[in-house]
Amino acid sequence: MDWNWVFFIILAAITVTSAVAAVITSHIVRMAFYLVVCLGGVAGLFFLAGAYFLGAVQLMVYVGGTVVLIAFGVMLTARTPFVRMQTTPDQWLLGLATAATLSAVLVQANLRFPRPADPPPAVTEPAVSPGGLGTALLGLRIDAASPAEEGTDGAASLGLAYLLPFELVSVHLLTVLIGAAYLARPRRPTGTESEGRREAAWGQSGGPDAALAALAAAQDGGS
Amino acid sequence: MIDPPLTQIPLAAYLLVGVVLFVTGITCMIAKRNLIGILIGIELVLNAGTINLAAMSSPFVAGSSLPPLDGQIFALFVILLAAAEAAAALAIALTFYGGYATIDVDHGDRLKG
Repeated sequence: MDWNWVFFIILAAITVTSAVAAVITSHIVRMAFYLVVCLGGVAGLFFLAGAYFLGAVQLMVYVGGTVVLIAFGVMLTARTPFVRMQTTPDQWLLGLATAATLSAVLVQANLRFPRPADPPPAVTEPAVSPGGLGTALLGLRIDAASPAEEGTDGAASLGLAYLLPFELVSVHLLTVLIGAAYLARPRRPTGTESEGRREAAWGQSGGPDAALAALAAAQDGGS
Repeated sequence: MIDPPLTQIPLAAYLLVGVVLFVTGITCMIAKRNLIGILIGIELVLNAGTINLAAMSSPFVAGSSLPPLDGQIFALFVILLAAAEAAAALAIALTFYGGYATIDVDHGDRLKG
């Protein structure tokens, strides 16, 4: 039992208890808070596993970005300050049955996972630096060259790198952000009456400027 | 070289944390009727996946078999796509709230056949 185990048990306990608390509570705001604690615990587990850059990204993107998005969603869709979610007993029953079944299957699969027979060796390998992550995303694996193929240049490991998924993810993010902005745009209260007025104004005159002027005049006259 | 040498944590311990997060996320998706609650459940499930990926590629975990970079890059992609998914789901929630004045998913049954 050394510090690696101590920190793992502390972080795992934080993560697991806050995840369970997020399910049990019925306040949506408390759910979001427990989610923050849980994601922070997961970031700590990433640091403990040597994935330092991943832990930092988890803290910045998830705890800093996604949770703020969720908090804004809670605030924008709540009619009362303390939203309670009523979960009926049959829904709890269904959820608990699913949880028990899934736990049984997954824990059994976990226990059957092949494990090394000999006692685990002490850690000698340094963790991956963020520079290796960056070059892998740019199409070059500086870590994949094994000593056997020391003579080959870096281009031999191009096939293992992640340039194309990186580009795809960037395009995907752009598409999703445009789509989200389109979906959540504020809708002006344009009824059929004002639509008709606008089309009439467009038809009477020749151009968009004249149509806008006519529309403004019609709205002034109407109000 | 790390000094003093640390013992490696077995992979099953990390996978057990992932199991708990996955199961709680699925339960959250089933039991909550609130759209934001379902979104929080999805985030828990995605975090279970990223824990497994990071543990399977870690040099500090006994039994990890992936090369050190691959799991971390997959986990990065999962985090980025989860951020995009949260943005899109929130936009859908706001649109739903604009139309129904609630985000209880049981009320969104207009497309029911």
